[in-house]
Amino acid sequence: MSEIALSTRNLNKRFGSLVVANDIGITLPRGARYALIGPNGAGKTTLINLITGMLTPDAGQILLGEEDITQRQPQERVHRGLTRTFQINSLFPHLSALEAVTLVVEERRGLAGRFWQNLATHKESIEEAYAILKKLHLGDDCYQPTRELPYGRQRLLEIALALATQPKVLLLDEPAAGVPQEESGEVFEAVAGLSDDLTLLFIEHDMHVVFRFASHIIVLVGGAIFAQGSPAEISAHPGVREVYLGTRKHG
Amino acid sequence: MLPPVFGVLFDGIAYGMLLFVLSVGLSVTLGLMNFVNLAHCAFAMLGGYVTVTLMNKFGWPFLATLPMAFIVSAAVSVAFERVLYRRLYRASDLDQVLLTIGIAFASVAVAAYFFGTLQQPIQTPSFLQGSMNFFGISLGRYRLFLIVVAVAVTILLVAGLEYTRFGAQVRASVDNQRMARGLGIDVDRTFAMTFALGSGLAGLGGALAIEIVGLDPNFAFVYLVYVLIVVSVGGLGSIAGSFAAACLIGVSDIAGKYYAPELGAFLIYLVMVAVLMWRPAGLFGKR
Amino acid sequence: MSSPDLTLTPQSYLHGLSRWQPVEIVFWLATLLPFFLFPNYLALASQIAITALFALSLDIILGYAGIVSLGHAAFFGIGAYTAGIFSKFVWGAPLPGLLVAAAAAGLVGYAASFIISRFRHFTLIMITLGLGLLAYEAANRAHWLTGGSDGLQGISISRLLGVFNFDLYGYTAYGYSLAVLFVLFLAARRLINSPFGLALRGIRENWVRMPAIGADSRAHIRNAYTIAAAIAGLAGALLAQTTQTVSLESISFQRSADILVMLVLGGAGRLYGGLVGAAIFMIARDQFSGIQPQFWYFWIGILLIVVVMFLPNGILGGLSHFLARWKRR
Repeated sequence: MSEIALSTRNLNKRFGSLVVANDIGITLPRGARYALIGPNGAGKTTLINLITGMLTPDAGQILLGEEDITQRQPQERVHRGLTRTFQINSLFPHLSALEAVTLVVEERRGLAGRFWQNLATHKESIEEAYAILKKLHLGDDCYQPTRELPYGRQRLLEIALALATQPKVLLLDEPAAGVPQEESGEVFEAVAGLSDDLTLLFIEHDMHVVFRFASHIIVLVGGAIFAQGSPAEISAHPGVREVYLGTRKHG
Repeated sequence: MLPPVFGVLFDGIAYGMLLFVLSVGLSVTLGLMNFVNLAHCAFAMLGGYVTVTLMNKFGWPFLATLPMAFIVSAAVSVAFERVLYRRLYRASDLDQVLLTIGIAFASVAVAAYFFGTLQQPIQTPSFLQGSMNFFGISLGRYRLFLIVVAVAVTILLVAGLEYTRFGAQVRASVDNQRMARGLGIDVDRTFAMTFALGSGLAGLGGALAIEIVGLDPNFAFVYLVYVLIVVSVGGLGSIAGSFAAACLIGVSDIAGKYYAPELGAFLIYLVMVAVLMWRPAGLFGKR
Repeated sequence: MSSPDLTLTPQSYLHGLSRWQPVEIVFWLATLLPFFLFPNYLALASQIAITALFALSLDIILGYAGIVSLGHAAFFGIGAYTAGIFSKFVWGAPLPGLLVAAAAAGLVGYAASFIISRFRHFTLIMITLGLGLLAYEAANRAHWLTGGSDGLQGISISRLLGVFNFDLYGYTAYGYSLAVLFVLFLAARRLINSPFGLALRGIRENWVRMPAIGADSRAHIRNAYTIAAAIAGLAGALLAQTTQTVSLESISFQRSADILVMLVLGGAGRLYGGLVGAAIFMIARDQFSGIQPQFWYFWIGILLIVVVMFLPNGILGGLSHFLARWKRR
């Protein structure tokens, strides 16, 4: 069993003259809690898009464990245990939370194609979905259409959808983004409660969150890795401060 | 002496030029806002009926009616944009399709009510009638006129796009709407003005088309198919694409009718589906 | 926001979504009324049943998967021509003819689905339009097989199940069409309430999210499109068998556009929307059959504008919205 859960080698991507990913190589050991930080436009979400297959790299490799997944379709990567959440909620507005999570479970179990069976008879999937929702304190709200849920609960649903895929590696894109102060605690609780076996890479702007959860920080600037190391190393790194302060000068 | 294929080519290109004037407006507005306007050829039809009315009822000379066809179509489109289209900029494809098909249906009925269902005859000026001999090929004067008008329109459009501020706003909005908004460009207003311009050009095309293909209430749908084919093959948001595709479709259609009439419209539908499968955004469309 | 119903469990909630509502029973009982109340209109009634089945097939791809198709009549026409040609050259029995027609339409739909599933938005609309027009041209040109613009001649349908004759009174025609509609409706209802139906709704609600949850959207769309094509083919076959004629109209853009209007009028994505829309549209068209066709289309045009601007979920959508507000009073 590999100790490296996810790694990339020489990942490159450009749009015309704009380089969004410059020779990116990262290595995530199993159970890691890594944070990805950097100024706006540094290419953090782009990197996640490349890793998950939403964007095709110009060059480079992505490995999940030992397996090269660079050519794999996005949904195949999910089946192999690589899942991401979205910075802005990407949910199913008219589906109830229960329906949405059940759909994810059914897809994972390969049952979503069964057009001749009533969904209500798929007891195992339904109960698994409900258990995930309850764990995230969404059990009571799960019968309402998603769009009627407050933003904070929707953010939790975003995480629930990801968990229902039973990921080995989870990429969280600003998990608490847009969540009002009084509700963000629940989101962090959910993140903290994730299994130690699960490998986590999260994008975050709030440095308190980063220092609370991350064991290792990667700093991305202009599409390239600027620095990486432990929280102590990074907070002492003069260049990192410069990048954060300096970018304000350059606008 | 040139072989007859050149005659076919000439007719095809002239027809293509007509299709270009009809289509270019739809291509740009589709590329700008992805707004599916299936009433586009209803505006073209309006331009045609403006010319017919001005000439047959008020005795205007043909050339004078052309700017009026443009202006009236543009003006009417502004009214529709303000009242209806504006509310559907962010609506689903289906809603846009249904609204604009509805407008097209209603316009066909209105045209039939006021003008009847028969083709409208007009008398083009004598210097546009007849043909010139060019190395054994007969070049129709009206068709030459069409080519001249279309080329002039193209030059004006390209120059406008390159050298005016409005043109720059259009290019930015077509390229990346979100970025354009971020730069402070009022994309909705840019669209409204482009839409008026495109509908005006459609009206002009409708007026020019009378002599070549005739004008009756079915024009709004029959030529919509051709326009949609030109736009999808040429690429959304591309003037060059519309020009190239219009020539391609024009020549294919005329050549097809001349050399392989049993194929009928099969050929151009096949061309469209094939091109779209190869390049979903059209030959010159943005990916 | 309502307080949670304490007697609700996840499974009972999902069961509840698929349970038969009383109004549905009323609806289906009402479809039997024409036999007793309107025996002179049985021919129209069977046309409505056939069109309703066609609308149902479009609802699967449009209302549930979100695919706007301007060329769905291609499958209706393929079914009609196949059934007609089958009865003419092979066997006049109606039920085998239905199966062959559905298979033919389904096969073509399956092939087309590989193209359809790769595109979105305007390109997809244009491809459906193009494929529909190609089908029309093919039927038009192959007049050695289809009769071209003269229509298919020489169809002869033998007795249904060896007993029921298709006569001018229309009892057999309506009974047959209604029975097939009901059976396919049950099948469609099961499909909508299946995990596959849920996946289709997921595709309609959020296309981008689907691969991120591990779903192969393209495969789902291919399957939905194939099923919808087969059902449309069945409807076309019914038309050929009950009227014993097939014309180019059955494969025309006109028919594709009409069925789209009917479905949107009734309300897409509500299973009954196509049935309600078809009934209203065809009864209205029958009542106003005296007027000029362009004036009919004038009112259809106005109707479309009104529906899009004010009643975006069709009649059924408007009714359920109204009912929901009534309940909250």
